[in-house]
Amino acid sequence: MAHVSDLAEEKTTSVLSSSKIVTLRIARYNPNVDSTTKFAEYKVPVEKWTTVLDVILDVKKHFDHSIAVRYSCRQATCGSCGMIINGRPRLACFTKVSELDSDVITVQPMHNFPIIRDLAVKFERLFESHQKIKPYIIREDTEPALDTRDILQTPEELEEFIQFSNCIKCGLCNSACPTMATDSSFVGPQALAQAYRYVADSRDNGKNSRLKIIDDSHGIWRCHFAGSCSQVCPKGVDPAMGIQLLRGYMLGFS
Amino acid sequence: MKESHIMKIHYGTALAAVGLVAVHILMRLTQGFAQSLEYESVIANYRFLPYAGLLEIILILLSIHGFNGLRVILLELKQGRRYEKAVSYGCVAGMIGLIGYGTRTIVMTNMGMI
Repeated sequence: MAHVSDLAEEKTTSVLSSSKIVTLRIARYNPNVDSTTKFAEYKVPVEKWTTVLDVILDVKKHFDHSIAVRYSCRQATCGSCGMIINGRPRLACFTKVSELDSDVITVQPMHNFPIIRDLAVKFERLFESHQKIKPYIIREDTEPALDTRDILQTPEELEEFIQFSNCIKCGLCNSACPTMATDSSFVGPQALAQAYRYVADSRDNGKNSRLKIIDDSHGIWRCHFAGSCSQVCPKGVDPAMGIQLLRGYMLGFS
Repeated sequence: MKESHIMKIHYGTALAAVGLVAVHILMRLTQGFAQSLEYESVIANYRFLPYAGLLEIILILLSIHGFNGLRVILLELKQGRRYEKAVSYGCVAGMIGLIGYGTRTIVMTNMGMI
């Protein structure tokens, strides 16, 4: 009969045998010093559960502590660790090395964002656009009346917008958007999807003011419906659909 | 003018142009496609008032749609207050110029001045 300790040992041995060495290529760029981006390479051991963020932090801890990377929650909730991983915008904490199916991992800062240093980018434009579309419920009666306890919604009304509430403002959709790459004034899929989220909310009365903001020469009409924003969203939000629904709404289809 | 109104016109002109260009192509096919660009054939078409009217409407629709499309492309290419104003007014001027020149050709040919 095997002892618990033996079983544990057996498990550990089999798990360790799955480890392998991968090459991590990190884009290094400091706009104050460098003229071009250079890639630094590191060989790192990984397990099947190791995430790209774990690998980057491993390199930062053991090889080069000067690597700039933004992260926080490590569970795809805060939206801080968005970056280009093997050519595709992803969250580093939500991407396992094993799912990349490659021995070389290339990490770069997100496209369409100004670089602060290495993998850290500025989020000012995203937050400004997000703030511009008034991401809150606008009503005359800000407090529920005495005889009502809450502003009730039917499940159908909730269904209209609930998936758009999952946005974590990670910026991956803006990074993948081809219009964002050429139009520096474009509102972006993140803000447009949030505009739809509040326009579709039955409790909201601020539709007109919100639609006025996005009905601009660099607003909702500049979306080409490439759909890459929806492809890369780590939370399953479909900004492309939200934008099309909002367009339909503006064209008179409810 | 609000962008949504411009885009409604953009989509509307596209749909209308698809329908009318289909009529135009069908007429060319029924009247002998190979002779479409022969001098006598072109003059005869312009002098037939309903067909000249169809061509005039197609000209207007495609000019509005095309120049607005060009405006959208140019606005996406570069940004800036002065540049955007120049592009918008330039496209409106181009559209009016093209419609004016095309209308002049249709009217003059229809009236037998060419």
